[in-house]
Amino acid sequence: MATLSYTSPELLTINAARLLRDGDVVFVGVGLPNLACNLARRTHAPNLVMIYEAGVIGAQPARLPLSIGDPTLVSGALSVCSMYDIFAFYLQRGNVDVGFLGGAQIDRFGNINATVIGGYAHPKVRLPGSGGSMEIAAWADRCYIITPHQKRRFPEKVDFCTSAGFMSGRAEREAARLRGAGPQAVVTDLGILEPDASGELVLTALHPGATLEQAQTNTGWALKAAPELKTTPPPSAEELRILREELDPDKIYLKGGE
Amino acid sequence: MGKLISLAEAVARYVQDGDTVYAAGFTHLIPFAVGHEIIRQRRRNLTLARATPDLVYDQMVAAGCAKKVIFSYMGNPGVGSLRLVRAAVEAGELEWEEYSHFSMISRLTAGATGLPFMPMNPTAAGDLERANPSYRTVTDPYTGGQVVVVPPLKPDVAIVHVQRADEEGNAHIWGIIGEQKEAAFASQRVILSAEEIVPAEVIRSDPNRTLIPGFIVDAVCHVPFCSHPSYTQGYYDRDNAFYLEWDEISKDRQRAQAYLDEWVFGVKDRQEYWEKLGPQVHRRLKVKRRLSTPVDYGSY
Repeated sequence: MATLSYTSPELLTINAARLLRDGDVVFVGVGLPNLACNLARRTHAPNLVMIYEAGVIGAQPARLPLSIGDPTLVSGALSVCSMYDIFAFYLQRGNVDVGFLGGAQIDRFGNINATVIGGYAHPKVRLPGSGGSMEIAAWADRCYIITPHQKRRFPEKVDFCTSAGFMSGRAEREAARLRGAGPQAVVTDLGILEPDASGELVLTALHPGATLEQAQTNTGWALKAAPELKTTPPPSAEELRILREELDPDKIYLKGGE
Repeated sequence: MGKLISLAEAVARYVQDGDTVYAAGFTHLIPFAVGHEIIRQRRRNLTLARATPDLVYDQMVAAGCAKKVIFSYMGNPGVGSLRLVRAAVEAGELEWEEYSHFSMISRLTAGATGLPFMPMNPTAAGDLERANPSYRTVTDPYTGGQVVVVPPLKPDVAIVHVQRADEEGNAHIWGIIGEQKEAAFASQRVILSAEEIVPAEVIRSDPNRTLIPGFIVDAVCHVPFCSHPSYTQGYYDRDNAFYLEWDEISKDRQRAQAYLDEWVFGVKDRQEYWEKLGPQVHRRLKVKRRLSTPVDYGSY
């Protein structure tokens, strides 16, 4: 069989979708996480429940939403509630299985910075800030992060901790008594990083064609590889077809990358 | 005198220089027309509070209305950076106070319910809690554990746009209901704008849909298409193309000023703005009907 060609956003989306389990209640963000959830729903996880921080539960978007408050999320949804309710009754109460997170920086222990580059009071670059990510990182059972694998995105330590990963190590997160288990995987265009026993992110899988050396060169700390380093199965024809033909035919999120 | 007045009169009467303003709406029902009227009336030194400042506050900051923003996500939703607010913050020209979504909404809920603070479970994201002294911790009197608390947010004026209201301001809202109710109850004054002003019987036909009772509302304004480029569920679509276009316009302060000159100062009111957008935009934002199944309240 000939090898299929695919772009980096397609690779990220497909590998993120595979992490979802049927029946998961997922706090969805826009962009690639939204595509990943919709892909999972059309493949191995038909009973996935998509929740949006705008207060929509069980959305079945008929078109690709540009923002997390798009009207297509509302029409045909199971329920719509206030912002307070979605964060309190759903997330804080422990009714969310999976949260997707992103940020400008992700460090060795999975802490995320989406707030500032440089000092807080006089920021060099002012980023959008937490939104709901501070609570999602703390209270969703499992968190997944999707990001391009670049050294500047993977510093040893974040400039500002917008949302907690394992902090300085798993013991510190446990002492903080957060209900969620923290980041479970970081999906990059080179492979997958997962926390080890100490909470440090280590490389557990490479995508076809990527090398350990490439991953290490593009990481800001001494990235370790797991003892059994796996290779992810390449994107299937069916996964690519659903993404390209059904979910993002105009390539709004899938453009770019190689 | 009745509450049903023009938007210009409502802003003249209820929005003062130096006020803390909360223009409500999570992506949905953002009251752009009211923001534009505040710009036209050249209010100054406002503190602009919103979970997501969105384009409306980007424009108000560009127009020089604000001295401070209070927010929890400062981005152009689905597009990227909120360039003008961001530039003003980076240049040190604008004060800011920052929260996460849940703590921002908890502040509003404390304000809306008359509580001294709202408790939240810990998130261990300590950097923001250290950067913003409004975050405090208290001891849970029942378990002895630590609880994070935030103080009430009590804006001087809330601005809330709704699908339909009667002349007293009893208001029906559906679709994403964000923080409309909390903003209205938390504020000293409430300006309510509506796509449609309907007889009281319409409101009474579906009381579960009334999020805001008229007796907390000060002014009721009939402003069709108030939300554009945001949207009103069932009335018109979100103008995503404009959100993308603003990303270009706002790269350059002069272009942003030219936009304000043409689309805010250059029009008398929202009706003129909507006509100026033209039939092509109107067609693009038109929404097909999708009615809910009626419910039977019963006659007792």
